[in-house]
Amino acid sequence: MAGVVIIGAGQAAAQTAASLRQEKFEGPITIFGEESEFPYQRPPLSKDYLAGKISVEKTLVRPAEFYDSKNIAVNLSAKVEEIDLAQNTISTTLSETFKYDNLVVATGSRARELIIPGHELNGVHYLRSLKDVDAIRNEMKTAKEICIVGGGYIGLEVAAVATILGLKVTILEMESRILKRVTTEKMSEFYHALHAKKGVDIRCSTQVQGFEGEGSVSSVITKEKTFKSDMVIVGIGILPNSELAQKAGIDCENGILVNENCQTSARNVYAIGDCSNHPNPILNRRLRLESVPNAMEQARVAANNILGGDKKYSTIPWFWSDQYDLKLQMLGFSADGETSIVRGEVSEEKFAVFYLSNEKIVAVDAVNSPKEFMLAKQLYGKRADPEQLSDVNYDLKKMLN
Amino acid sequence: MATIRFIEFNGTEHLVSGANDSSLMEAAVTNLVPGIDADCGGECSCATCHVLIDQVWRAKLDQPSEIEESMLDLNPDRTEDSRLSCCIPVTEDLEGITIKLPEFQY
Repeated sequence: MAGVVIIGAGQAAAQTAASLRQEKFEGPITIFGEESEFPYQRPPLSKDYLAGKISVEKTLVRPAEFYDSKNIAVNLSAKVEEIDLAQNTISTTLSETFKYDNLVVATGSRARELIIPGHELNGVHYLRSLKDVDAIRNEMKTAKEICIVGGGYIGLEVAAVATILGLKVTILEMESRILKRVTTEKMSEFYHALHAKKGVDIRCSTQVQGFEGEGSVSSVITKEKTFKSDMVIVGIGILPNSELAQKAGIDCENGILVNENCQTSARNVYAIGDCSNHPNPILNRRLRLESVPNAMEQARVAANNILGGDKKYSTIPWFWSDQYDLKLQMLGFSADGETSIVRGEVSEEKFAVFYLSNEKIVAVDAVNSPKEFMLAKQLYGKRADPEQLSDVNYDLKKMLN
Repeated sequence: MATIRFIEFNGTEHLVSGANDSSLMEAAVTNLVPGIDADCGGECSCATCHVLIDQVWRAKLDQPSEIEESMLDLNPDRTEDSRLSCCIPVTEDLEGITIKLPEFQY
């Protein structure tokens, strides 16, 4: 029996292996990961790990001993070069060919690169892997000024950590407002004001034209101004790692196309996590998500189907972001709402914005408001009275009855 | 280090050993105890590691934080025994603790 081969060693890969064992699969499970670390969680990389609050061990999805104890073979620093669908094999840089009965492609995503003059200078970083963050942390110890290209969640989380560590932070955003791709004007304004209050210099509608420096970066060039900078973090989005699957002839379009069972167009081949483009039956459209909860659920779905089940993917996307002492929890997509209702006080940094479409809740952005987030999780797609939602004295629990 | 007994909703028992620098959630996940999803990895952001701990054992634990309390408050399966297992560190004092799992995680 060739068993299950998993390409990629991130959160989705680790969860697939764990779910297979949990569901009593006893055949071989083999993971191939390009990085040298056991599967780790990426969300803390731009938060607590960057801030030096937690150890590498704490970022691991499961302790390193877990894999041996559950008879899961983990091949690290191993790049998969080809999938041969006709032979049911993969070839790797370990100069071996491995056979599979079922293949799970969990290749994740990579940082979108900014190819402009000076991009190869030392001190210009992306933030995607543990190694990236180790290098960033090291430079932050001596840097005084840092420029962050891109005002998305990664950029803002790094800005918060760098500010707390005492660096002078500048965010350069190409769009007219930060977080424009992912949230509403109201939330953009709130986070802009929050960072400005902490001393972050945010420049919107600002296109970076190049980096300059002798060997390592010392300034960032924009049309209007040159910013002095000892280091740069580029956070301008991520791209799905779907090339390997595409080369093998698996259908891809903005990620690897899968059905509700996480199956690709190739027999016995599944794709899960950031690299998958999947149908969401609740939102009634296809999505490609950069999200841990999605990776975890797709892993469970794939594992179940590999073992002959028929579990279908059906969950509401949700995300979180920690900046300073604020916890932001988001459910659904605010762009799906036609109206918005604020509950709580924006000035007190404790509020939630509910987004409604046809009087039904379709999204929430909850800042230090876990109750509101939990309410939306349960009332998603259901009618909610706007007056009750906006009245902080109204007990939300009553809405669940 | 403590020996922890997890009991699934269907009655299946799992006796596992939890390390001191881990949480009850991590002890469950590392030992493949079904019924704890822990989607956020222990950030107290998702409430999918809901467990039930009886009063005797609960008395040995720190009170839930405001965030944990809020995350639990709107959980449909909430009882007075409800806690989030990612928020409870394993200590020697918990040797022999019994933890029940709810039917669903929301």
